[in-house]
Amino acid sequence: MTIEHRDDTGARFGMWLFLYTEVILFSGLFILYAISLSKFPEQFSAASHKLNIYFGTVNTLVLLTSSLTFALAVSAIQMGRKKQCLRFCWATIGLAVVFLINKYFEWSAEIAHGIYPGSETLAEMGPGITSFFNLYYLTTGLHGLHVLIGATLIAVVAVLTVKDRVTSDRYTLLENSALYWHLVDLVWIFVFPLYYLIL
Amino acid sequence: MSETTSRYGGFFQESPRPGILGWLLSTDHKRIGIMYLCCITTMFIVGVCLGLALRLELFAPGPTIMGAQTYNATFTVHGVIMIFLFIIPSIPAAFGNLLLPIMIGARDVSFPKLNLLSWYCYIAGAILAVFAIFSGGGAPDTGWTFYVPFSTQTTTNVNLAVMAAFMLGFSSILTGINFVTTIHRLRAKGMGWGRLPLFVWTLYSTAWIQVLATPMLAITLVLVLMERVLGAGLFDAAKGGDPILFQHLFWIYSHPAVYIMILPGMGVISEVIPTFARKPLFGYWAMALSSLAIAFAGSLVWAHHMYASGMSDFSIMIFSLLTFIVAIPSAIKIFNWVSTLYKGSIQLAPPMLFALSFLFLFAIGGLGGLALGAAASNIHLHDTTFVVGHFHYTMFGGTGFAFFAALHYWLPKFTGRMYKHKPAVIAWALMFVGFNVTYMAMQAVGIQGMPRRYYDYVPEFTTLNQVATVGSWVLALGLIIMFVNLWQGIRHGRPVGNNPWGGTTLEWQVPSPPPLENFGAEDPVVTKGPYDFKGVVADDY
Repeated sequence: MTIEHRDDTGARFGMWLFLYTEVILFSGLFILYAISLSKFPEQFSAASHKLNIYFGTVNTLVLLTSSLTFALAVSAIQMGRKKQCLRFCWATIGLAVVFLINKYFEWSAEIAHGIYPGSETLAEMGPGITSFFNLYYLTTGLHGLHVLIGATLIAVVAVLTVKDRVTSDRYTLLENSALYWHLVDLVWIFVFPLYYLIL
Repeated sequence: MSETTSRYGGFFQESPRPGILGWLLSTDHKRIGIMYLCCITTMFIVGVCLGLALRLELFAPGPTIMGAQTYNATFTVHGVIMIFLFIIPSIPAAFGNLLLPIMIGARDVSFPKLNLLSWYCYIAGAILAVFAIFSGGGAPDTGWTFYVPFSTQTTTNVNLAVMAAFMLGFSSILTGINFVTTIHRLRAKGMGWGRLPLFVWTLYSTAWIQVLATPMLAITLVLVLMERVLGAGLFDAAKGGDPILFQHLFWIYSHPAVYIMILPGMGVISEVIPTFARKPLFGYWAMALSSLAIAFAGSLVWAHHMYASGMSDFSIMIFSLLTFIVAIPSAIKIFNWVSTLYKGSIQLAPPMLFALSFLFLFAIGGLGGLALGAAASNIHLHDTTFVVGHFHYTMFGGTGFAFFAALHYWLPKFTGRMYKHKPAVIAWALMFVGFNVTYMAMQAVGIQGMPRRYYDYVPEFTTLNQVATVGSWVLALGLIIMFVNLWQGIRHGRPVGNNPWGGTTLEWQVPSPPPLENFGAEDPVVTKGPYDFKGVVADDY
């Protein structure tokens, strides 16, 4: 007696609502950034120059490319090219892993310099710089967590594609994962200039 | 309908899985609603016991039954349980799940599995909250607001309490996403926006606040946790942070959250009053749009909790003005309910008594809110028991009584049995009297200057505090009678037909209790508005 409930538009609609909540989650940190920046403009600038811009730039390129590969995965499944879709999924996951490894080296270098939340070195640098690095770690940490969740999600969807649960006429799950992945990318597009570039 | 062993049991009997798993793994919105209802009621009873203990402590100056630390922990846990585990999910998660799909003519919500997940998030949050009380450095003693710097420095178990609130927030977000999508996508044929029952409109407004405001609480709580665990002092002035920012971020969620709490209650009242006045709701669109207006305006007033935090006079003026603006849609609602009653054929059944007392209590609470929203009187009343009295008038007298109205109105629908009316009326009368005695006395002693969250007070305040404590006993007696009566009604009450009250919305057109998937083989087609009483007659029971 169970009637099949399927509503692709509804599923996309729900995903967009969820993306709103993610935006607001990050916006809390951006608000704190804005207020701290207005309080400590010079210290923020000084702290920003301590960050390694090459790590940031490489990661930006990696994430942008991964958005491209995943968008290609979606159009591949729409055209029924399962193998191609899977290749793009694995490429996206690979790029996500590259991003996280890169992040790991970046963080390790900074932690080796004694710069991490609650450290004494940081406390000696004064409140402005401390505040910058606290925000930096929390924002990139939260973003990194989202990269991890996104990559896991893509892996799950890829497995479902292998099992033909995601097909050319039933690909909303893949599409929604792509929406999520693009949001993760989009957040980074704001994080990168704010922390690495403009100060 | 005669009492037989093979009585029709609706969704209680139909399940793809047998036994307890049929509940724990069910994606049926009614089963999830019933599970929410059980948990929420349990949490309410726990919260009431803690509240009674607080009142008992205040019966006399000095330590009466507990010391300062225990008192702090008790009011914190009372607040956390009542806010996060009772009021916020009370009407939306329990009655929203039970009713929303039926009212719009759908077979379930848009994301049934997500719905079950949100229940598990609620349970996880509840378990974390209980662990927070009994483990680590003792029960949290910060108050439910977790204000920094105290919450980042106290040795009590704030970490777990914060994680509990985070999980409950997640549960709330998932419910919100589900409801907004369901209302947009799954309305039955003919169920246009102008034919939605008002309860659905208020759930819709509530769901938007849940989606848009709750993530702010999530990030704020994460930051408190990070400050405690890692020492990332974003709210610590010594580390370049700002404790006032915590208050802003916290209230950006927590003020809209009070509208998450009250709006569904208003929706319940908008259903109950037309049914028992036998008249269409006065001003349908005004009621629908005022719900959205409350949700919108209510999101812009958070800093009125912070007049005493040293913000500029200009900001105080702006936030005070915005606060007064929220009173306009609220007043529209009150006036429209009263206009619905005008020349109605009023039937004083138990749900109606609760609904009418909602009007009375919420009006007092709302007007007290204006006294607090005005900057000048706020400075005098800030952090006194007047504030405590005020929000109990709106939250308990408002949402709480609406919740009881909903219980008396819809439980016969979902259990198929009617409770006894006489004990219900007695319980209502005791609760109404006890409630007013308790919280009016609290407001009065607050105006005299008694601060909130103190376990001790000067002897001048003794009389009013004793009045309040005695009132709390009357209130508790009423609650006991009500719950016992409802429980007996569920177990042994007389069976009811489809429509015991003569309601007009879709849920009264399906059997009591509704079957799995709500409607038979054919989806309903809606041909008239939600409050068209022509030809609608209540079934005998």
